[in-house]
Amino acid sequence: MSTPAAEPAISRPHEAAERRLHPVTPLRRAWAPVTVVVGWAVHDPGQAQKQLTKLTATTLLAGLAALVLAAALYGFLTWWFTHFAVTETELRIRTGLLFRRTAHIRLDRLQAVDVTRPLLARIAGVAKLKLDVIGTAKKDELAYLGEAEARRLRAELLARAAGFAPATAHEVGEAPARTLLHVPPRMLAVSLLLTGATWGPLAAALVVPTVLWFVTHSLWTVFAVGVPLAGAATRSAGRFATSYDWTVGESPDGLRIDHGLLDRAHETVPPGRVQAVRIVEPLLWRRRGWVHVRLDVAGSSNSVLVPVAPREAAEAVIARVLPGVTVPSSLSRPPRRAGWCVPFWWRGHGLAVTDTVFAARRGLLRRSLSLVPHAKVQSVRLTRGPWERLLRVADIHVDTGANKTVTARLRDAEEAQALLYAQADRSRTGRRDARPDRWMAS
Amino acid sequence: MGTAAEPAWTGLPPGLLRMRRLLLVVWLGLLTAAVGLLPGLFAGPVWALLALPPLALLLWGWVMLGRNWRSWRYAERADDLLISRGVLWREETVVPYGRMQLVEVTSGPVERHFGLASVQLHTAAAATDATIPGLEPAEAERLRDRLTALGEARSAGL
Repeated sequence: MSTPAAEPAISRPHEAAERRLHPVTPLRRAWAPVTVVVGWAVHDPGQAQKQLTKLTATTLLAGLAALVLAAALYGFLTWWFTHFAVTETELRIRTGLLFRRTAHIRLDRLQAVDVTRPLLARIAGVAKLKLDVIGTAKKDELAYLGEAEARRLRAELLARAAGFAPATAHEVGEAPARTLLHVPPRMLAVSLLLTGATWGPLAAALVVPTVLWFVTHSLWTVFAVGVPLAGAATRSAGRFATSYDWTVGESPDGLRIDHGLLDRAHETVPPGRVQAVRIVEPLLWRRRGWVHVRLDVAGSSNSVLVPVAPREAAEAVIARVLPGVTVPSSLSRPPRRAGWCVPFWWRGHGLAVTDTVFAARRGLLRRSLSLVPHAKVQSVRLTRGPWERLLRVADIHVDTGANKTVTARLRDAEEAQALLYAQADRSRTGRRDARPDRWMAS
Repeated sequence: MGTAAEPAWTGLPPGLLRMRRLLLVVWLGLLTAAVGLLPGLFAGPVWALLALPPLALLLWGWVMLGRNWRSWRYAERADDLLISRGVLWREETVVPYGRMQLVEVTSGPVERHFGLASVQLHTAAAATDATIPGLEPAEAERLRDRLTALGEARSAGL
């Protein structure tokens, strides 16, 4: 990239001004030492009590104040030395007091943008902005920004990523969103009650401590085992809180997912970034015709597209997320002789290949159907173990860019061999009519 | 465009087999000698029979290395690279040139001594495991340059 023509673009005199994060930011670090002390006290109560009796109230208070002050100073310094700037093609983050670090994040490689507002941040009126580019670290998030500023910045980043002219990117503003799906709280609660993940830990949290009490009569053992189990049992409540008011929307700058009861999160996935979609159907949801949809975006931690929805509604959302893709309704099963390789469960496996998508299903009770658009396939593999070769069956693996592999198991060997080459061809041609990285630039 | 026609496969050069067999003979030969001689000298000649298991392992390994080496092959088609390998667990990988992110040529000290190098292809998917071991350095470099050129010509992002 050392062509002379590219140089003026790099050393442009008109640089965007550097900005600092919201002034509340230092406060979030001030709590760290307090939590450390409390954590230590909870972890080792006996020792903590012994230490506490040695100290007088004044020394205790003074020590705590000193800790908080030191933490506040640290928080202030990190805030003071953190700058960010938006240029035409990049987001630049400059940070570090002793160890300097500058991250330049290319906007045309943007995979997703998340604005999250944890409960305390909501009270303070600030928000966290996170950019997902493959390979970004946790520290590349902008925490915290003022709420309005976070929203404005997200709109600006998305507009620039989409390829709007630099001068107009500022004024484009929020793209209007159209709601595709909203999950009612009642449906969400019922769906959580109908999964084993809710009842299993709850039963364990009730049964295990009781049994332990009768066996050992030791209160400490019961507590040590019961507390983590109780924590696991409340996980479903946590899932309810995160998935509350789940709204999937569509806007020109991408897919919008807003959710959360206490901690609100607003995720945006630009068009063409979804690598694969998985439709999961737990056993007890089948009678109601409900499904759960997950999505894979490279370099992003967001994974849920729809926590629960009727099948038709979910398929309509998928049709918007993966343009031109219809969920295949009939899948072909492996040949009957595959039953000798995987008894019973062979019936759960299935495969359908359409013009646009490679769809593989697995699972007998809890069915899960994975869809990979041909344009997103990175490589195709065919594997055959000794037992599978004896039965003339083979597995086809399709690798996607989100580090997930979709496997169609137990296909007839000849069919699989043909499929291997055909899939490689389709993956190559499927890419031709894919969107560019900057999806709005002409 | 390669479809039904059987691609033109290339096997691995014999250098890799020679290196692996030599390493096998050196290590297991030493073990056999140690296990056979020491108890044979100190505890009685019957104990020299202890050398039989490592010797059997050596012979079995000799045959298995040959089979494994024969199973490796690759083919450069118009638009993708095929790699096929494995005796019991067969695996065949297809990587379209346009999906290649990085081509790596590596060569360890032992490999260098035998004049060998391996070529490894990386795509955006970590699961893509496309390695061709034991090539002659000239061939490895030719393959690397050709793959890079083809990858650039047919480049596609994620």
